[in-house]
Amino acid sequence: MIYLYAFTIIILLISFISDKNKTIKGLKVGFKKFKKILPSFLKMLILVSFMLYLLPDKVIANYLGKTNIIKGTLLGSLIGSITMMPGFIAFPLSGILLNKGVSFMVISSFTTTLMMVGILTFPVEKEYFGTKLALIRNTLSYLIAIIIALAVGLFYGEIVI
Amino acid sequence: MKKFKNIFIPITYLIFIIISWVINFQPGIEIGTNFYDFIKTMIGILPFAFILIGLFEVWIKKETVEKYFGQSSGFKGYFWAIVLSSTTVGGAYVAFPVGYSLYNKGAKLSIVLTYIGSAALTRIPMTIFEASFIGIKFSILRLSLSIPLIILTSIIIGHRFENNKSLNKTIPSNK
Repeated sequence: MIYLYAFTIIILLISFISDKNKTIKGLKVGFKKFKKILPSFLKMLILVSFMLYLLPDKVIANYLGKTNIIKGTLLGSLIGSITMMPGFIAFPLSGILLNKGVSFMVISSFTTTLMMVGILTFPVEKEYFGTKLALIRNTLSYLIAIIIALAVGLFYGEIVI
Repeated sequence: MKKFKNIFIPITYLIFIIISWVINFQPGIEIGTNFYDFIKTMIGILPFAFILIGLFEVWIKKETVEKYFGQSSGFKGYFWAIVLSSTTVGGAYVAFPVGYSLYNKGAKLSIVLTYIGSAALTRIPMTIFEASFIGIKFSILRLSLSIPLIILTSIIIGHRFENNKSLNKTIPSNK
């Protein structure tokens, strides 16, 4: 994160030295955009806070660790779609699951949908790109995640055609 | 009505959390803590992201975006979209406003969608995390499978919406 701060400050300084008025205008534009999307962000956070309560990582680990590979993959993709968690939680969790004997295919369906399919980020996505496009994008992302999971399963020899 | 809804939901939520604290209602307290944890992360990212978006809006010319990400950018556009996405911080919630700004400056829809899709999967810090916890083989396999699939589906969606001519109705302007 420190890179983001350093980068922003450097860009801001360069911008300010080059053209003070333009920089102020840019900050105003950024602020206005932020204000406009803020209600959607709040909605998203409220949804996230409920979802994390209903499905904390321990419960997820429990669910994914106990089923067979096909059920696990489907369940993993559903949980991944409806939850949202930062990578620094999701990947250590995946590491624990792997050590417990959960297959790569299940891990793949979980992490890929977690990152690509966003039911909780839907309020934000909808604001920018409209309901229709957001729906289609998420549906196709889900399909991509399933295809990747199948390929991972084949690659690791976890499923056989 | 929308304005009312925008205020009503967060205020109801806030009251729920406060009451939970007062009467020591455990689920409510946990939900409030989850909210706090997430908003802390977002406050660390969003203001900076929107400063950069604002500066992007005033400094970067439409022609520049069109050249690299526009209709005639060809395959290079997808390449640069993926490079840009790997440096994106945060997550989808940052990729959406950035993608939207790109789109309004003349980037092709399918390239914007490629950017958003690959921002979910190729961010550098995230990939390092993935490789170290699940394995580098897994990361390479996943990246080499997902990038072509993302480009392919982005082209399909982009084609559909751009041919539709109802694009301006579908995608709200001036956000």
